[in-house]
Amino acid sequence: MTVVLSTSEPRMIPPTQTSVTPVADTSKAKGVAEKPRDKLVVRGLNFYYGETRALKDVTLSLREKKVTAFIGPSGCGKSTLLRVLNRMYDLYPNQRAEGEVRLDGEDLLARDLDLNLLRARVGMVFQKPTPFPMSIYDNIAFGIRLYEKLPKAELDARVEAALKRAALWTEVKDKLAASGLGLSGGQQQRLCIARSVAISPEVILFDEPCSALDPISTAKIEELIDELAEDYTIAIVTHSMQQAARVSQYTAFMYLGEMIEFDDTNKVFTAPRDKRTQDYVTGRFG
Amino acid sequence: MNPLNPLYPGRRRRNVAWTVLAYLATAFGLLWLALILGALIWNGIGGLSIDVFTKMTAPPGVVGGLLNSILGSLMMTILGLVVAAPLGILAGTYLAEYGRYAKLSHVVRFINDILLSAPSIVVGLFVYQFCVVPFGHFSAIAGAISLAVIATPIIVRTTEDMLNLVPNTLREAASALGMPRSLVIRQVAYKAVRSGLITGILLAVARMTGETAPLIFTALGNSLFTLDPTGPMSSLPLIIYEFARSPYPEQQKLAWTGALIVTAAVLTLSILARTLSARGGNNK
Repeated sequence: MTVVLSTSEPRMIPPTQTSVTPVADTSKAKGVAEKPRDKLVVRGLNFYYGETRALKDVTLSLREKKVTAFIGPSGCGKSTLLRVLNRMYDLYPNQRAEGEVRLDGEDLLARDLDLNLLRARVGMVFQKPTPFPMSIYDNIAFGIRLYEKLPKAELDARVEAALKRAALWTEVKDKLAASGLGLSGGQQQRLCIARSVAISPEVILFDEPCSALDPISTAKIEELIDELAEDYTIAIVTHSMQQAARVSQYTAFMYLGEMIEFDDTNKVFTAPRDKRTQDYVTGRFG
Repeated sequence: MNPLNPLYPGRRRRNVAWTVLAYLATAFGLLWLALILGALIWNGIGGLSIDVFTKMTAPPGVVGGLLNSILGSLMMTILGLVVAAPLGILAGTYLAEYGRYAKLSHVVRFINDILLSAPSIVVGLFVYQFCVVPFGHFSAIAGAISLAVIATPIIVRTTEDMLNLVPNTLREAASALGMPRSLVIRQVAYKAVRSGLITGILLAVARMTGETAPLIFTALGNSLFTLDPTGPMSSLPLIIYEFARSPYPEQQKLAWTGALIVTAAVLTLSILARTLSARGGNNK
């Protein structure tokens, strides 16, 4: 797997909305210092489960086409933060977010926001692989059909492209009609990634995508995240600090609902500013 | 565990004793089922002939069958199901999906539980009051309505229970693709528990097939062949009820045969439901 810990990564830049969007990024110029702009900006975010305040004044931004890892001990709010970014919490009563979350400048916490449209732009992959109870083909085609009416041949091509993107095509191409539930855990997770990718989101959120997988499947998913970062802005919640170090360019360390430190990944792991970050990344707690 | 542990022999003896008791209890239950089935087959199978399925119920002394009752049962069950199944599934869906956290759901669930255990004779009397008295005559429609009242709470309950088995992660995954709620329910949740939903409906059908009390006041029974749902109609349980009390041996024999047919139908439905839900459990 590719280790992305280059020191040439750009340092933190102030959250501005000015830079030009690179159109159809075909250049494989990965790691080259092309200044990433802020795709998703979170400012002063507070989150409540009923009366319990789970996020306290969280501020950070996801850089375009970069991987940002959220680390921290259990219950620190990193999954909660992720679930704000696509308003997943809206499915449940008594959960609310206050503050500012903007995707390309658009207010994501707006009351009248079309949540389905938002979720088409901000995809999510969950901790437990969750294939739908239908065929492998339909698992992918289903999402595409939500947004586009395509002739069969074109749909087939899109499904194939998505499965190839998720490095699953060669393993399933002869059994597309089989149930998605019959795949192994690692394959199911890649199917879920393919499903997200198929509808061409702009941001993909990964909520501990490897915690239910064996090391080989984990390596495959990490490699995949690395490749996906060429086209997508990615946030990943992980309990594994090695994983954060391997896949991300930026790392946010959270503790008890607060954003303690947010910086370049190599900086967080080698020269953290905060004592708590240092204790956590050196394995002293958590 | 160390086999020499002094706790072990006593524990093993208790285990044997309870296992034997459990087997005995099972055997006791099965015994009655076997006796009932045995009696039904013993007394009913002799009367099974082509006449049963081709001839109407007849007055004593004439060779008759059960055709009008079988058709009446089928018709009222189907009519009842047409009302109960959509209503039950929609209400169950509301309880499990849209109204899961709503206060209204607690009320609906409570009322549904009361309906579920309401004596069927009360249901019959209720429908009699509202669907027979105002029209001045008994009707198959009234019968079907009372069967629907019996079946709906069953379907509501099974639908809600089944949908509650759908993991929230699956709903979240579907929503995360930008799927609207109605599609999440129809395309993902229903699909995940399809066999369970069908099982619930089959169980409700089985229950409707065997009900007598609600039909006494509503469909009344009819010794003539009729497909007119606005008039009185016969049904198997009704004819069993009537003929079993008859002094004429040929009618008593028909009652046994009818009982055999009803039991066979209900048993088939239950077994079908079991098989379906077992298969549904496997591909999860």
